[in-house]
Amino acid sequence: MTAFLELAGLTKRFGPAVAVDDVSLRMSRGEILALLGPSGSGKTTTLRLLAGFETPDSGTVTVEGLDVTRQSPVARRFGMVFQHYALFPHLDVGENVAFGLESTGVKRQELEQRIGRALELVELAGFERRRIAHLSGGQQQRVALARAIAPEPRVLLLDEPLSNLDPVLRERTRRELHDLIHHIGITTVLVTHEQEEAFELGDRVAVLRDGRLEQVGTPDELYANPGNPFVTAFVGRASTLEGVVLERGRSGTRVRVEGVDWGVSTDSGVQRALIPGQRIRVLVRPEALWMARPEPGSLGAVVRERRFAGATSLFLVQTDLGTVLEVSGSGLAVKVGERVGLVPSRRAGGAAGIHLFPLDAAT
Amino acid sequence: MTRGETRGARLLALGLLALIGWLVVYPLILVLLESVHTGQGWTLDYVRQFAGRSTEWLALWGSCWIAIASVVLSALIGVPLAVLVTRYDFPGRRTLATIIALPAVLPPLVGVVAFLFLYGESGFLARMVQAVFRLDEAPWRLEGASAILLVHAYSMYVYFYLFTRAGLLSLDGSMLEAAASLGAGRWRTLRRIVLPALRPALAGGALLTAMTALASFSAPYVFGGGFRVMTTQIVSTRLNGETSLAMVETVSLTLLALLALFLFRGAEREVGGSKGTPPAPTRIERRWVSRLLTMSAWGLAIVLLLPHLTLLVVSFVPVGTWTTEAIPPAWTLRNYATLVQDPVRVRPLLNSLWLASVATVASVAISLLAGAMVVRRRVRGRGILEALLALPWAVPGTVFAIAIATAFSVHAPLAGRIVLVGTIWILPLAYLGRNLPLTSRATLAGLRSLDPSLDEAAASLGAGRWRTLWSVTVPLLWPSLVAGATLAFATSL
Repeated sequence: MTAFLELAGLTKRFGPAVAVDDVSLRMSRGEILALLGPSGSGKTTTLRLLAGFETPDSGTVTVEGLDVTRQSPVARRFGMVFQHYALFPHLDVGENVAFGLESTGVKRQELEQRIGRALELVELAGFERRRIAHLSGGQQQRVALARAIAPEPRVLLLDEPLSNLDPVLRERTRRELHDLIHHIGITTVLVTHEQEEAFELGDRVAVLRDGRLEQVGTPDELYANPGNPFVTAFVGRASTLEGVVLERGRSGTRVRVEGVDWGVSTDSGVQRALIPGQRIRVLVRPEALWMARPEPGSLGAVVRERRFAGATSLFLVQTDLGTVLEVSGSGLAVKVGERVGLVPSRRAGGAAGIHLFPLDAAT
Repeated sequence: MTRGETRGARLLALGLLALIGWLVVYPLILVLLESVHTGQGWTLDYVRQFAGRSTEWLALWGSCWIAIASVVLSALIGVPLAVLVTRYDFPGRRTLATIIALPAVLPPLVGVVAFLFLYGESGFLARMVQAVFRLDEAPWRLEGASAILLVHAYSMYVYFYLFTRAGLLSLDGSMLEAAASLGAGRWRTLRRIVLPALRPALAGGALLTAMTALASFSAPYVFGGGFRVMTTQIVSTRLNGETSLAMVETVSLTLLALLALFLFRGAEREVGGSKGTPPAPTRIERRWVSRLLTMSAWGLAIVLLLPHLTLLVVSFVPVGTWTTEAIPPAWTLRNYATLVQDPVRVRPLLNSLWLASVATVASVAISLLAGAMVVRRRVRGRGILEALLALPWAVPGTVFAIAIATAFSVHAPLAGRIVLVGTIWILPLAYLGRNLPLTSRATLAGLRSLDPSLDEAAASLGAGRWRTLWSVTVPLLWPSLVAGATLAFATSL
């Protein structure tokens, strides 16, 4: 399959700081990619390189096999929704949406139609003559979206599209945004620092850190088979323990963690490369452990704190060696101060959610 | 941005640099050179002559202390007025705030003339007092240093007023609330929060006042009498034909201005920090305080505006008919009819309007282009470009006028000098140079406060550079452009 949009070896420096470091990505037509990373990870710079607002120091951006790296933002025909929307305050809603259409030379009669259609898509039909200042935050977000998609751009770029909305509105808008992008079928790159947003909107998610691409994959792939400790902890929650590899069998790996033996059945590339006797970092998702009665063979710990979060609670437990872990469980299972024995959970037909990495690997 | 466009931007920036260099820097350098160079060669004779005369030193000292006293007096009037109309709420607050700012857009010479009409020794007030008390001569003489100071304070308080008001309005109201919640009383909040935040505004007002006072010519010329300051000294020396000595005097006045600039350097820098909603004005609870405040504020406003009102009234009165009556005995439109019908009189009026318009439009256009290069395109050498745009403020107007007159009185095209003195072009050019700091300051500040993603949004929607400038940047900058243009237009008249 040939890529519709391709980033190859993209690098951008600001003075001595490397903002984007050798990032390569391939997207097919109609795909939605979420760039996920903490602040300062280079995700916004990557988006701006795509839009043409920055020129890379090296590397290329290709659309349908044509190099657009040196093209101006105007020539690229990419639509963008800005973090703070950047709506033109001196123009009304209709004029904002018309702005991009006028650039492409759309005739007068068709213009009105297409403005109407774009506003209809974002459920703002009839809002043409409203002033920008009189719109709510959610409405402004939708006008920005309508303005970006009205000229039918080749690629849609979204910079933290939901970060300016309150939590309730954000969740609703996220669903609507998801449906809309799929409905139009436009190739989309969005930037976010929220994992939930990336997972719900992105067909694939690219995790960035310090300008480097850490891992790309579908949300399921990333969650089930994170490539390194950083991705493990950034995509979902995870606590870290240290251990050593005992043996590698066909069904999985046996490891010793703080004096007890655990069988880990997940099977990733990283894990297959481990050898017996190797010291490792063990990353454990909250749902991967089970709080049982303390008995020989289980990891002894004390429940320190309970954080209520709906049907299941998150417990902070401290092992006898002092490591603090997050373990989820039903709210009434244990009390704060109680002694428990931690064992790998059997729920998912094996200890899913326990990830092993060599100790010397990057965190 | 892509490479080719950057090259275009760089070329444009270079062109602007050359233009401003030729119009502003070059004439000043010529003045400096002519003060130590004559037809016979290099000489320090005139510098020695200057240093040897006590009148020169007296004039220099006069300029110096008049400037300092003008700053102090203007601050004493302008700052309390700004605080009053910004921080306190009372009836007519908004109207008053506008009225007090009015002198900023009235040409300075008009202010001086109006002042003379009303408060001068043969002005209405003096004649009224004379009539009431049956005095033999005018009750006071508006002459000497105190008269100059009075006129300065009257015409320059508006700088402090405008700067302080803008500073107060840009304060973040939650900062004051935070101070209060941390247990700071009114005085501690004023001293630790408000004053530091206002420092750039106060420094800006002081600098502008000092510069204007140093450059002030009409007030010392009209009211000075025997009291000389450097500007009047330069003109009289020049009229005596001692051109080189006048150049030395010009340089000395420039040095004084640069010293003032040096003293205020850095203080103008913005403190930065949070942007929020300005603090709401406090409603004054006690009714008699509110009444007293309202009345005295309006009283002050009337005193300040009365000269201009008088001028307006006088313009409708037949010449020579209004003497000692409180209300003019006769009214007429003849004065205006004469002005419009008599070609000898209408010419200067049209010239004034024409010159000011050309100079203002040109300086707004240059400021806009330069602003886009400095703020948006971030071309190399943008620091120099910005400094050059502001330079004419650091040089007293008289000095700048002499520099321009000197530079463009010689025909030497290869040296970049052509004869413009005596042609129609010299005045718009001089005003253009003089206006650049006003318009560029407003434009640059406006551009800096515009969200750059608006430009990017236009580009991502397929708008080219000129369409973006014309349909996004200019409409959004409109208030700043109008503010800069209004000031420039008024000072060019």
